[in-house]
Amino acid sequence: MKQLVILSGKGGTGKTTVTASFAILAGSCVLVDADVDAADLHLVVKHEVRESDNFISGKEAVISEELCSSCGICRNLCRFDAITEDLHIDPFSCEGCGVCARACPAEAITMHDSDCGRWFISDSAFGPFVHARLHIAAENSGKLVSLVREKAREEAEQKGIGLILIDGPPGVGCPVIAAVTGCDAALIVTEPTRSGLHDMKRAAELTAHFKIPTFVIINKADLHDETARDIETWCSAKGIKTLGRIPFDSAVVEAMSSGKSLIELPEAPAAAALCNIWREMLSETELLNA
Amino acid sequence: MIDIMDNKPRRRPFTIAVASGKGGTGKTTLALAMALSLANSGEAVALLDADVEAPNAHLFLKTEPGQALEATLSVPQINETRCTGCGKCREACAFNAIVMICGKPLVFGELCHGCGGCRLVCPESAIEEVPRTTGWLESAETNGLSFMRGRLKVGEAKSPPLIRTLLKNAPQRDWIIIDSPPGTSCPVIAAVRRADFVLLVTEPTPFGLNDLKLAVGMVRAVGLPFGVIVNRAGLGDREVQAWCRKENIPIMMEIPFSRDIARTYAGGGTLLDADPDKMKVFVELALSLAGRGA
Amino acid sequence: MPKIAITVTAEGWNAPVDERFGRAAGFALVELGEGKRSISFIPNSQNRQAAQGAGTQSAETVANAGVEVLLTGHVGPKAFRALKAAGIAIYTGISGDAENALRDYEAGKLIKSTDADVESHW
Repeated sequence: MKQLVILSGKGGTGKTTVTASFAILAGSCVLVDADVDAADLHLVVKHEVRESDNFISGKEAVISEELCSSCGICRNLCRFDAITEDLHIDPFSCEGCGVCARACPAEAITMHDSDCGRWFISDSAFGPFVHARLHIAAENSGKLVSLVREKAREEAEQKGIGLILIDGPPGVGCPVIAAVTGCDAALIVTEPTRSGLHDMKRAAELTAHFKIPTFVIINKADLHDETARDIETWCSAKGIKTLGRIPFDSAVVEAMSSGKSLIELPEAPAAAALCNIWREMLSETELLNA
Repeated sequence: MIDIMDNKPRRRPFTIAVASGKGGTGKTTLALAMALSLANSGEAVALLDADVEAPNAHLFLKTEPGQALEATLSVPQINETRCTGCGKCREACAFNAIVMICGKPLVFGELCHGCGGCRLVCPESAIEEVPRTTGWLESAETNGLSFMRGRLKVGEAKSPPLIRTLLKNAPQRDWIIIDSPPGTSCPVIAAVRRADFVLLVTEPTPFGLNDLKLAVGMVRAVGLPFGVIVNRAGLGDREVQAWCRKENIPIMMEIPFSRDIARTYAGGGTLLDADPDKMKVFVELALSLAGRGA
Repeated sequence: MPKIAITVTAEGWNAPVDERFGRAAGFALVELGEGKRSISFIPNSQNRQAAQGAGTQSAETVANAGVEVLLTGHVGPKAFRALKAAGIAIYTGISGDAENALRDYEAGKLIKSTDADVESHW
């Protein structure tokens, strides 16, 4: 079983568009949306949910108004400003440490499991699609990423599918680390902007750290030729292969608006570029020879 | 010593947080444009880069801010001569930051949230708290404004404590503009919590709309006043505008897509470099949000 | 002979190994005696579900079980520190099932770790 993760560092460079098209080009794969904070892949992948469950992680304090004697000890001890002046828990600030519950002389505070999100296993035209949604202000997206990846591995094993395609989260923090560990290859989608270059470097440093073979493609490449060249120069100095450039193409948004992946608009210049990149990707790696 | 000359009533700063559910919609571009426009019109402005995982605003200010302050978290340290190995600290830790190995507590500062619970339960007073660095606050006086950013230490998993430290130590100016991290999870909440107004930036595409809905859910849950800026208008469809109308959400500004703006941004220029006339529009928007409109 | 723990996905000699340590499904506890050997299973489900600190908790679990040698796939830096404090020798690079992992260990085919080989997750 091989796993390819699509990253970007910076958000909005076209990661999801590339992932959705790769899924179609691969023909058969397990598709994972690991961007659980702002999941978008389900908008362009036709699917039917087969299984889903809540994602429970951590604890949250609850104060019983009946038992509370309004002594205010909890408020003095809370380091997260999570107890309001009128002695209510602010769920957005509570980290679930339990200090208040232990200290409450009236035993008015209890700790409850915190419902942090929901995960789904769906069926699509090219195979199982595992996605999730973190609730607003929920923590532990890294753990949810690990969870969807584990579900994906189980699906791949049960159905004998050789490729797992992962749409990664932006940034370089804990959810990204959870998305890249153990992958066989990483593809960074960047754009020819100063921030695109800056964040691509950080993402590439991360994948180098984990010793994952890394490739780069430049989306909207014709927007700024000089920066596109800077990206290619930096990559080649680091021994990272740039697999190609995708031109700025309004068909990308058109495809999105009609709920399709870019590759389903074969006339689009960006779609043609993506096909070439996929072929390059296959010749550089052994993704389909699992 | 109190400076008796400094008795003129100071205005409480007006804080505008620029946020978006989706990355890459133009958050940094708009936060910069807002801050620079106000600074240009003579206002005292602080710009805070709270996107501590990927701080980028300095790239456009053409500055490399200097180190100002270390941000720390209090983590436990065990006094081994006092510790009797009772394990109460381990029981109390909700974050698995303490384990008992061979009858002795072993502390993992990287996992500690700094709640202080272990120190409270220790019957031998064998735990004291020591600071652990989680990142840095760095600042610069540049382009007529006070800039400060948080930079998360590499390998540090949690950014909210650093973001809260950044907001607490922000330069006190009449305006505070915050470039928030993307998304709707803890770091974003930490960045927008104390804002007087949240500007949600989106783009007119299905992804943009989907992520805007999540961001609106967030600001509504926290109970903050907010409005929407549609960036790259005309590039996709009109669904964002239609949804905002249905939800009674004010659209504060629409910035049409232009290759010019995109190219200027790509080369490290700001929105105002591409379109200096926008300055007036940003100042007017800020003044009206602060109730100081003409 | 030392007590040996192997990270596995199920019970028994034929259980496939689990390359993860902190989030392993469980540990096969192997005791070798003169001409006989025994195997038991310690589930790791509770640590596996931990929001954070699964590795350090698992280290505590195997230390409490009196384990002296650990055979696994990868160990992160925090778990490594905890295992070292407990004086547990760590061997990585297991494959196949529990039986095979033990055979590889006895044949000296596994790598003795002097350092953590994977980064922590969160």
